Amino acid sequence: MSVRGRSKTTALTSVVALSLLLAACGGDDTSGESDGETTGSEGTAGSSEIDCSLYEQFGDLSGTSVSTYASIVTPESEAYEAAFVPFEDCTGVDVRGEWSKEFEAQIVVRVQSGNPPDIALFPQPGLLQTVVNDTGKVLPVFPETEAVVDENFSEDWKAYGTVNGTYYGFPNSSNSKSFVWYSPGAFADAGYEVPETWEDLLALSDQIVADNPDGDVKPWCAGISSGDATGWPVTDWIEDKMLRDQGAEYYDQWVAHEVPFNAPESVEVWDAVGSILRNEDYVNGGFGNVQTIASTTFQDGGLPILDGACYMYKMASFYAANWPEGTTVAEDGDVFAFYFPANEGADEKPVLVGSEFIAAFDDRPEVRAFTTYLASADYANLRAKEGFGFVSANQNLDVANVESPISKLAAEQFQDPAALIRFDGADLMPGEVGSGAFWREATAWIAEGKDTKAVLDAIESSWP
Amino acid sequence: MTTSNPPVPVAPTAETGTPKRPRKLTKAEQRAIEAKTRLTSPWATGIALVMAFLWTVPTFGLLITSIRPQASIQNSGWWTWFTNPEFTLANYETVLTGSSTAFATYFVNTLVITIPAVVIPITIALLAAYAFSWIEFRGRDLLFVAVFALQIVPLQVTLIPLLTIYVDVGLAGSFWTVWLSHSIFALPLAIFMFHNFMKDIPRSLVEAARVDGAGHVRIFFRVLLPLLTPAIAAFTVFQFLWVWNDLLVALTFAGGTPNVAPLTVRLAELSGSRGQDWHLLSAGAFVALVVPVAIFLFGQRYFVRGLLAGGVKG
Amino acid sequence: MSGIKAPEQVDASSAGAKVSSSSTPISYTALAVGVFMILVFVGVVGLVVASFFNAVPEISWPSFLVDSNTTVKKLSLMVFVVALFIGVMALLLLLVDSRKRVPNWTVAITFVGPALAALLLGLIWPGISTIIQSFYGRSPWADSERSEFVGFDNFATLFTTPEFQVVLRNTLIWVIVVPLVAVALGLIYAVLIDRTRGEAFSKGLIFLPMAISLVGASIIWRFIYEYRSPARPQIGLANQLLVWVGLEPYQFLLNSPLNTLFLILVMIWIQTGFAMTIISAAIKAIPDDIIEAARLDGVSGMRMFRYVTIPSIRPALLVVWVTITMTTLKVFDIVRTMTGGNFQTSVVANEFYTQSFRQFNFGLGAALAVLLFVIVIPVVVYQVRQLRLSEEIR
Repeated sequence: MSVRGRSKTTALTSVVALSLLLAACGGDDTSGESDGETTGSEGTAGSSEIDCSLYEQFGDLSGTSVSTYASIVTPESEAYEAAFVPFEDCTGVDVRGEWSKEFEAQIVVRVQSGNPPDIALFPQPGLLQTVVNDTGKVLPVFPETEAVVDENFSEDWKAYGTVNGTYYGFPNSSNSKSFVWYSPGAFADAGYEVPETWEDLLALSDQIVADNPDGDVKPWCAGISSGDATGWPVTDWIEDKMLRDQGAEYYDQWVAHEVPFNAPESVEVWDAVGSILRNEDYVNGGFGNVQTIASTTFQDGGLPILDGACYMYKMASFYAANWPEGTTVAEDGDVFAFYFPANEGADEKPVLVGSEFIAAFDDRPEVRAFTTYLASADYANLRAKEGFGFVSANQNLDVANVESPISKLAAEQFQDPAALIRFDGADLMPGEVGSGAFWREATAWIAEGKDTKAVLDAIESSWP
Repeated sequence: MTTSNPPVPVAPTAETGTPKRPRKLTKAEQRAIEAKTRLTSPWATGIALVMAFLWTVPTFGLLITSIRPQASIQNSGWWTWFTNPEFTLANYETVLTGSSTAFATYFVNTLVITIPAVVIPITIALLAAYAFSWIEFRGRDLLFVAVFALQIVPLQVTLIPLLTIYVDVGLAGSFWTVWLSHSIFALPLAIFMFHNFMKDIPRSLVEAARVDGAGHVRIFFRVLLPLLTPAIAAFTVFQFLWVWNDLLVALTFAGGTPNVAPLTVRLAELSGSRGQDWHLLSAGAFVALVVPVAIFLFGQRYFVRGLLAGGVKG
Repeated sequence: MSGIKAPEQVDASSAGAKVSSSSTPISYTALAVGVFMILVFVGVVGLVVASFFNAVPEISWPSFLVDSNTTVKKLSLMVFVVALFIGVMALLLLLVDSRKRVPNWTVAITFVGPALAALLLGLIWPGISTIIQSFYGRSPWADSERSEFVGFDNFATLFTTPEFQVVLRNTLIWVIVVPLVAVALGLIYAVLIDRTRGEAFSKGLIFLPMAISLVGASIIWRFIYEYRSPARPQIGLANQLLVWVGLEPYQFLLNSPLNTLFLILVMIWIQTGFAMTIISAAIKAIPDDIIEAARLDGVSGMRMFRYVTIPSIRPALLVVWVTITMTTLKVFDIVRTMTGGNFQTSVVANEFYTQSFRQFNFGLGAALAVLLFVIVIPVVVYQVRQLRLSEEIR
């Protein structure tokens, strides 16, 4: 049984738990729940907190192991391992995590070579789609697991994990991209209000420009550099704006390429985004001119907010982890985020989301049991308690368990029946576009000031 | 280096056992040679100094960065450290202790990977290079050019075919795959380099040994190997570095589990799932740097000494 | 392989010229070694073929060989492997080295065999399969429609991509500039510091970048080129220097075509250490007698460099030049880490990586790798000519 990824004291607890469990198992196989009660101590996730009976249908699993592969690395991975422990305590399955930043390139190599993990946590559905189509080695979600998914996730989320009509993956951690980061203190000092509509947002930007005539402080900062994924933050801007200006129906058609990428509607949306990102008056606080957006990493992009060089930075909820140590992320703290506003008079609140997806490569009872656990509300709640900005689209996630305020906000968005949730379109488009031409051309759009129509034509022509 | 060379009729250029030369040059004589072989103008010294400076500055900046607090790194250049010195070991502390797996585990793995992955290819390449230089067989040159041309095959195209084979024979995930792969990838360059050094060894030396009745094996060990010490030492250092700094091969064939993962796997994780944390990357880079540089300095001394001795000591 | 060249000049087989070869009995142990090496070959070929047809029997290895989970186990496995390897090699060499007559081919195959077997498994077979894949669709291994034969489509795609000319242009710039500058600087430095006080230390300084991984080096230089608006303090050294001399900060990585040169600088920074080390080893190998003789003739300084040093180390210079050329063609980490191939800085190797491991279009990726093979042909031809030349001299 695994004791990786936890402090010494928790490891010890788990060892004690293990020996108790083994002792108990020797006598009676069905006594899983009562063993669990002895382990839950000091808020450590113990098996008492989860419903072990869910896994009895898979038979006696003790002594088996499940290998898990993900793009998450330490220290975040330790939160995952901690959240796996109650399942391990329940079933006796040893979950072996392998955590690597090289996941994206490696997973395809491993699957093609016949060496896949039992379970993989795909960082985006696009990659899952690729692996399904190119290798044919991904297994459909197990029926036991799907039953649990149906209890916990809305129908939309099932669609994102479906490839060619078969349901392959269900969401793990999700994030909301419709956020604009700001400093509540700086806003208060300057007397600015959080804007409620797109028009307010532009008015606020103009106000900031007017209040800082020497141009040293800008309303916006931005950064889209991200190694060989440079350009992706622009696609979030476009998608968010597309959803707001053209509506969800058009958005779906756009993602599915039922409307051309270079349609006039798209040009309007890009120009609207360009009115901020390509506006020398608005950007790029703390870094320089528009061009610097392309040379600034998205990780660094929002940092000038801290020293007052810019006021706003549009970035997903996971950016909470990027602030330097000691920065308080809260409504009354150093930084916080507001909802990227919809247009005036809009009656919907569109939310753009991204998510990791869990899929399996091997069919064994312990793998079935583990995916079932990962789909459960127990897991979502336990994992949320471990922090690192985790938030799940699981409808039965108790928002109180979510650690960071910004993730709470995201969780509320996910569970809000009025919210109009749409998935990150670039992740759903074919790789040639979604992680190819779209990023590349968006980068040229910013860095070289390439004409909007030319950019859209180039992306359109890259569609396979 | 300490060989008893076969009594050969020495060609004037051979450096071993020349009778007219004293066994050891006096210090004064050595200095005289040194002075004459060097380019001693002030310009020369100036150029060397400037180059050394330019080449060191980026690394030096990295060192300074690694001991500055995170906030300062983001807001001011490292050169401001001279006017406003700040010092913290927190970055190093995180690098060394911030993981659930003990740092020593990764260190041991790297060591276990590196040593065979240096010894094996160099031995095999030396033998092959010898055959390509001194054993006549049909198709030799064609074969040599083929081996040479293999240098261009990018490592990445081998990943899937090789891993498939490793999985098939049940070795995937073990150290064996990493040793084997590193050995294979090093061969074309190693053979090419050793071949070039070997074929320049005066023919008379080899011939003389043959006349003396020595077979290929003995010629290889007694005549060529001692003369190749600097080349071997140089290549050892490079092979060591490539293996030491490798992430891709280890990750693909052995996987990233603590049982086999080398130091680089840990270092690659340092900046977290999304961040690019300068303070950690710089400290991590330095931790990774220490051993290779020590090896280089050690290897330097070894092969400079080995050469200056010139096989005379024996 | 097995052909025996008729003994010419001194090559009267390894039995030695003094002994009349026909009268000595053949060494059967040596013969056995030769046969053994041939079997090894057959085994490797068999393994590749079996793997291709998914017919390799699963071997269950003893756990101490494949599953070492403690430090002691790992270290002992390592010692075991090194000892095993050296033992086997020593045994083979011992057996092949006989007082009796040894057929030439057994010696040749014992010396070259291990290298060729390894290369066959790990480079030749993947190289060939890459060439095959370049004629297939996205996913040449799968049993789906994505693995269909597409002929020259991948190559057609390459040459009709609008950015492709830029990629090719950049690759050429890289492959010409990097070896030239790195070898020149490495040579100058090696000569300048040869036999000076603290030579090892001076070398260590230039060598340092070699000890940093490519990705690490790219990150360092990204930081050096970092741009901040003129109004704020710079954190990148390059721009700070510009500011110090009164210029505006400059976007080193964004502005084409100069940005390619700034990326190349990183590669030069790394490779100069390689060039310097090899060249220095070659300089050390120049026999003292030659230098002494030249010195007695009154040669010194630049003339010594021009007429003694350079001719003596010419082979080493070529080795370094060829090696750096090959390495440069393959390098993609720098471009990938620093610009991601944007801003018109991409090179063939980066496109290869992107297509294979970002887009997972392995067919197109393989076509790019084949393009690399093609680009290197001139270097190979040149090497063949050098080989001929040196054979003639000998």
